[in-house]
Order: sequence, then structure tokens, then C-alpha cells
Amino acid sequence: MRGPVAAAAVVVAVLALIAPLLPAYPLTLLTQVVIVAVLAMSLDLLLGYTGLPSLGHAAYFGAAAYAVGILATERAAGFVTCLIAGLVLATATAAIFGVLAIRAVGTYFLMITLALGMVVWGLAFRWVSMTKGDNGISGVPRPDLPWPGSLWSPLPFFYFVLVAALMAWLVLGVIVRSPFGLTLKGIRESESRMRALGYNVWLHKYLAFVISGFFAGFAGILWAYYNGFVSPVDVQLVTSVETLLMVALGGPGTLAGPALGAAAIVFLKNFVSVYTKRWLLILGAVYIGVILFAPRGVVGAFTRGHRS
Amino acid sequence: MSAEFWITQTFNGLSYGALLFLLASGLSLIFGVMRIVNLAHGSYFMLGGYVGLSVVWRTGSFLLALVAGAVAIALVGMAMERLFLRRLPGQTLGQVLMTVGFALIFQDVALLVWGGDPYTIPVPAMLQGAVATGALRFPTYRIFLIVVAFVIGAVLWLALDRTRAGAMIRAAVDDAEMAAGVGIRVPRLSLGVFALGAALAALGGVIGGGFLGVYPGADFEVLPYAFVVVIVGGLGSLPGAMVGSVLVGLLDNFGKALFPELSYFTLFAPMALILALRPTGLFGRV
Amino acid sequence: MRPAWLDRAAIAERDMTGADGAALRLEGVSRAFGGLRAVDGVSLTVQAGERRALIGPNGAGKTTLFNLIAGAVPVSAGRITLFGRDVTRMAAHRRAALGLARTFQVSNLFPALTVLENCLLAAQGLHPAKLAMHRPLSGYRELHARAHATLAAVGLEGRARVSARHLSHGEQRQLEIALALATRPRLLLLDEPTAGLSPAESAQMAALLGRLDPAMTVLIIEHDMDIALELARAVTVLHYGRVIADGTREAVKADPLVREIYLGA
Repeated sequence: MRGPVAAAAVVVAVLALIAPLLPAYPLTLLTQVVIVAVLAMSLDLLLGYTGLPSLGHAAYFGAAAYAVGILATERAAGFVTCLIAGLVLATATAAIFGVLAIRAVGTYFLMITLALGMVVWGLAFRWVSMTKGDNGISGVPRPDLPWPGSLWSPLPFFYFVLVAALMAWLVLGVIVRSPFGLTLKGIRESESRMRALGYNVWLHKYLAFVISGFFAGFAGILWAYYNGFVSPVDVQLVTSVETLLMVALGGPGTLAGPALGAAAIVFLKNFVSVYTKRWLLILGAVYIGVILFAPRGVVGAFTRGHRS
Repeated sequence: MSAEFWITQTFNGLSYGALLFLLASGLSLIFGVMRIVNLAHGSYFMLGGYVGLSVVWRTGSFLLALVAGAVAIALVGMAMERLFLRRLPGQTLGQVLMTVGFALIFQDVALLVWGGDPYTIPVPAMLQGAVATGALRFPTYRIFLIVVAFVIGAVLWLALDRTRAGAMIRAAVDDAEMAAGVGIRVPRLSLGVFALGAALAALGGVIGGGFLGVYPGADFEVLPYAFVVVIVGGLGSLPGAMVGSVLVGLLDNFGKALFPELSYFTLFAPMALILALRPTGLFGRV
Repeated sequence: MRPAWLDRAAIAERDMTGADGAALRLEGVSRAFGGLRAVDGVSLTVQAGERRALIGPNGAGKTTLFNLIAGAVPVSAGRITLFGRDVTRMAAHRRAALGLARTFQVSNLFPALTVLENCLLAAQGLHPAKLAMHRPLSGYRELHARAHATLAAVGLEGRARVSARHLSHGEQRQLEIALALATRPRLLLLDEPTAGLSPAESAQMAALLGRLDPAMTVLIIEHDMDIALELARAVTVLHYGRVIADGTREAVKADPLVREIYLGA
């Protein structure tokens, strides 16, 4: 347990140290990686730890991003208001969807979370008076916080995001190592045995679902400030599926792995799209390749190799 | 709201439901037999439309476009099943990610071949125009669509109910392991069902191309509708796909007409309600 | 003198049993799967502290009966009373909270978790700490102590850090018992603990079962008659979902119907 924590601390320290040396574009990409890593870790709590493959995770991410986008532009709301509203909206959405989705098992769960995710997408797309529809909400201002340097400049904003992500990662790390975290793994391994041992399986799955939605919302808030723009793309099915791919690629049930998976996909998408227009083709091939050749994820393959 | 409004919207809803049936019946059967959540199913619809478009451009024959679209996409579906999905038995997540990978590739290939502009498939003269009664006008093409869906639905129903292959499919939907135990060659059956499902979706794509158009992004636009139909009707159930399609078609149409801003919500909220009451859908079994 | 309601022993005593001292009472319990009545009108009383064997040929409905008692499968008809409380409609996890534990005929473990984690999950199942998210599990000494003690009791102490999936079949059967014991049950349902074990392993298992706390009520399904009858003085025989004999082992052994259909004599 000490090993991964130390390794992650080193990675964060290295990121913090090299950031000032980076030109603007790589730094912006790195900021994006850190935010998306939080989203991937939030999904890992469901997929990797609890064994629930949600296909609608972008809904909570996007709900929070929209809350921030709308409040910060039309109401000129401050950071604290946006933060609270974003987290509340994401968590409430997860709390409502969870009631419907957690009853379902296996493939039904996949399909129901997909359909529920589409509800949010549909609202983002069609509820034009609120969300501006396909045009999205642009010009989301970054907050004015007592922070060393303006959040409008890339470097201070990167540190801001890094600190926020570190907090999310620490909290998630504590949760997965707690008795509750072990309970989630137990549910992933055998629900029937968990029931026989006195666990209210529904309740624990539901809590995991809501907590996961909360952290996805946290990432969504950072995203709205990072991008300055919120649109239906942020809540669409492909975003949800991409997050699943990050978790699968990095190794479910490890937190650090999905963060690495997020880095790999974000860099791949951006670099490939620089060199060729056919990046969808390549991304599609990556999906298929990951499933055929590294079904347990890169990190998973490594750790298994160590133990046996 | 006048009576004309209700009649016209009901008719439009039914015709959209007919299109959804072509799309969703295959998805439902594929799921029933193989338990695969196929996110590339919307791609079959889109690719079918594009293939149909090219055939009409070359030959001018709408009928040939229907056949070519269905056959070409059936082959694509068979290749996907035989070469890739079969390697992942029981791995739900792996199947989902793999079918998404294919959906992305198909999207890009379509962009490469047909470009980014939207097209409408030219419809034969005999299907143009409308049937008018009083102040009401019913486009002939939509009537044609309803008839096609009805005929296909009836044929599927009879085939499932009366033929040997249908009995095998029903057995595999009930319990694939047991079906294999009594000597049904499930892999071959899976291939056939996959081909059938892909062909039906492609048929929907060609016919839909005549009034909705063929354009990039159509794949992921229709996919959620197909999923809602299958969820509402019950996975693996043909009657479920029928009832679900009509229900979703009507809900979507009235939603769009009455509450344009909340139209998706008016579609998904009833789905949520049905799920809360019957988690396996109207006709689904546990 | 302390009032009776403060007397923990008295409360525990009252809690242990129903008004008539029964730990478990089944009245006309049935379960149909489609047209098949897997369990058909079974009535049965197990007194607190009793050890009873449930025997019968394959397909007699023994495991289904366990599933009904534990709440894994709902009854089609009848009534189940656990320690004096009607639990017929109660969810499985709440029955476990009343002090019911079970083992599974086919080992039902947490394969990717270590043996220790398996036991910790069992130990925290009825512990309020199971919902704690704010501090690491390693800080809960009491849970660890209980998990280690349970592992020691079944002889798996040395395997604590091994993944459950890497255990031998015999060790998995021991862990299966450990998971049930770590919840400190008052009523234990054992579903063929020796299934698939070699004679030597079976003997080891029998010794382990012989060391169980005598205050614990035990209902055991066992094909190995020697083990079943060594552990249990009372025997219930199930055949096609019905109870065909019920009594002391001597009486059941002598029962002509039982001899005919089960002992094959």
C-alpha cells in the first residue's frame, strides 16, 4: 500500500516541478490530463472497485460543468456558489439516477445508465433557453481567488487544478482503503456472499454510485473553468465511453491506473489529431487493441506480474 | 389543439416508431441470443444509408439500394461477430468498448468516403406525394415505411414462432447454455442473428435516408432511441420491440411537438417510470 | 439486584430463542420453480443449541431449503421464524444481522481478495464500522484481531496474504467455514462442508466442526453420513422436497422408509 502512494507522490511532485519549464500548449494539455484523471478515478470507484460498468458517467461531469457555466456567465456567480451548485447538481443527479439504475444488474445496468446519461445530453442539447443548445455556453470566466498568480495564466491555473485533483485523489484513496472500500470490492467479487454476511448490497452500491457522481461533478467544475466553454459534447455518450476506456486501459481498481489511462488517451487524442485527420480511426483501433491485447489494463498487468 | 394536430402527430409518431422497429428489433434479438450490448448498431443504420445512397446514385434503383444496403451491412456485422466479438464471450465491458471502437472507425470511414455533407436519398416517384383526406395529408413515403415495418414485423413473428430456426433462436434467448446442450449450434445461430440484426438496421438506414437524410452523427443519434425501445420493451423480446417502438415513436413525436425544449426528457422520463415498476421492461423476463 | 432488562445474560438468553426455545422454526415452507416443487410443505423446528443434520438424496431440496432459510430465495408459501421473529419476508442481510450464517455448497468466496481480506469482510459484516469511509481499515484493530482469530481457528493463519483464488480446494472449503464463523453466528447453516474433499481432508474438516462452540445452533447438510451423524444427534430426512423422517439419529437410521430410499438397504 505504501508503494503506490509513494509513487503517486513522486509523480505529483515531478509534475509540479516540470510545469514551469513547459511551453503553454503542453502545459494546457497536462492540465487537461489532471482534470480528466479525476473523472476517470471517480468512475473507477464504480467500475474497478464495485464492479458497476456505468455508461453514463459524463452526465454528472456535465451537470456540474453546466451548473458552473450557467451560474458564472448569466448570474456572474462567485467561485463558492459555483462549486457548491455544481457538486449539488451532480450529486443530486447521481442520487436520482442511482435509484433507477442500481436495481438493475449486469447488462441492464449498462443500458440503463446509458439511457439515463442520454436524458442529460438531451436536456443539454434541446433545453436551449437554459443551456444554449448545440452552441454551448462560452466565456465561462475563471474565478478570482486569493491564489499566487492569476488563474487566467496557464501555470497558476495548472497548480490550482493539481491541488484540487490531489485533494480528490487523497479522499478517494482514503475511501477505497476504508472498511467501506473493502465492502465495495466484496460486492464486486460476490454479491450473494455479501448478503449472507449481513451487507445491504443495494445500499452500498447506491452510496458508491452517488459518491462517484460527486467526484465526477468535481472534475466537471474544474473542466468548465479550464475550457471556459460547456457544450453537449461534455455530456455525450462518447465522453462516457472514453472515460470507461481510460479506466480499462489503466487498470480498474487501482485509482492511479485510470489516471495514467486518462493521460494516455488525452495525449493520444491531441497528438494524433495534430498529425492526421483520421484520429477517430486510430482511437477506434486503440479501443479494439486494448480489449484484445490488454484486457486487464496496463497497470493491472504489471501488478499481477509482480505478485505471481 | 385541433383534431388534425393529434391525427397528424400520431401518424408521424407511428411512422417514426416503424423506423425504430427496424433498428431496435435486431438490437434486441442480438442481445437476446448473445447478451452483447452493441454500440455499433447505430453505425449499421448510418452505413446502410450511405451504401443505399451510393447505389441510388449509380443505378437509380431504390429497390437495389435497399437490397445492397442490407446485404453489405449484414456482411459487416458478420465480420464483426465472427472475427472480433466471438473472442470475448461473457465480457460485457470488453464487448461494449470493442463495439464503440468499431463505431468510431465506421464514423471515420463514412466521413472519408462520403464526406461531411448531409444527403437525402432520392425516393422513387411512386413513393412521393401524399394521400390527402380532407385537410389531412399523409406522405406516401411514411405510409410505405409503416407497411414495410409491419410486413417485416409479421414475417419475423411468424419465423420465430413457426420455423425451426425461430425455435432455435427462442431457445437461445431463453438459455443459451441449455440450447447448446440440446444440440443447437449457438455460434452459427449467433452469426445468423447478427447478420439479420445488422441487415434490418441497414434497411432502416436506407428507408430513413429518404426522409431523415444521411449524415455524419446519425449513428449516435439513433442509437439511444434503439436502446430506449429495447429497455422499455424488454431485452430479447420481439413483441417488446414492437410495442416499445410504437410507444417511443409516439412519445418522441408528441414530446417534440408539445415541449420542444424538454423533448428528450418527455421520452426518457416514462422509460424511467417503466423501469422503476418493471426493471426488465414490459415484455422482458428476469 | 439489577432489573431484568439490564441483565445482559438474560437479554441474550431471551434473544437467543423464541418463546418456546426454538432457534429456527419452519411451518409449511414451500418453494416452486415453474411447476417443480423443490421444497414442499416442510415443517421443522431446531432448538437453540441443537445440532441437526439434514440429509436426503440429490435433488431432495436441501440446498433450496437453506436458500429459503437464509433469504437468498423467497418462499412460495409458509412461515419462517428465526429466534422467535417472523423473518418470512425479511431480506437476507437482515436475517444475517439476527445471527444467522451460512456456508455454500460450491465455495462462494471473494476470489481476487486475500484470505485476510475475505475474513475481514466477514468480520465487519455485522459491525457498524462497515459504513466507515474516513479512516483506513488497517486502523480497526478489533476487526483484524477477530479475522486473525478466525483464520487460526480453521488453520489458515499461514495463508492470510494469499489471494483466495490461489488456495487449494481444501483450503477454500476451510475459508468457506471461516467466513461464516467470523460473523459470530448463533445459528450456522453448513451446506456440505466436505464437498469435494479427500478422505484425509474430510477428517480434518470433521475435527474442525467438532471444535465449534457448543452453544452454537448448527444445521448441516452432509453426504458423508459418518460426519453428519458424528456431529448431529438429530436428523431430518428430506425426499423430493418433503420431510419423510425426523428424529434422533438412531430412530432415523432404523426407519424402514429411510433405509429403503436413502441408505439403500
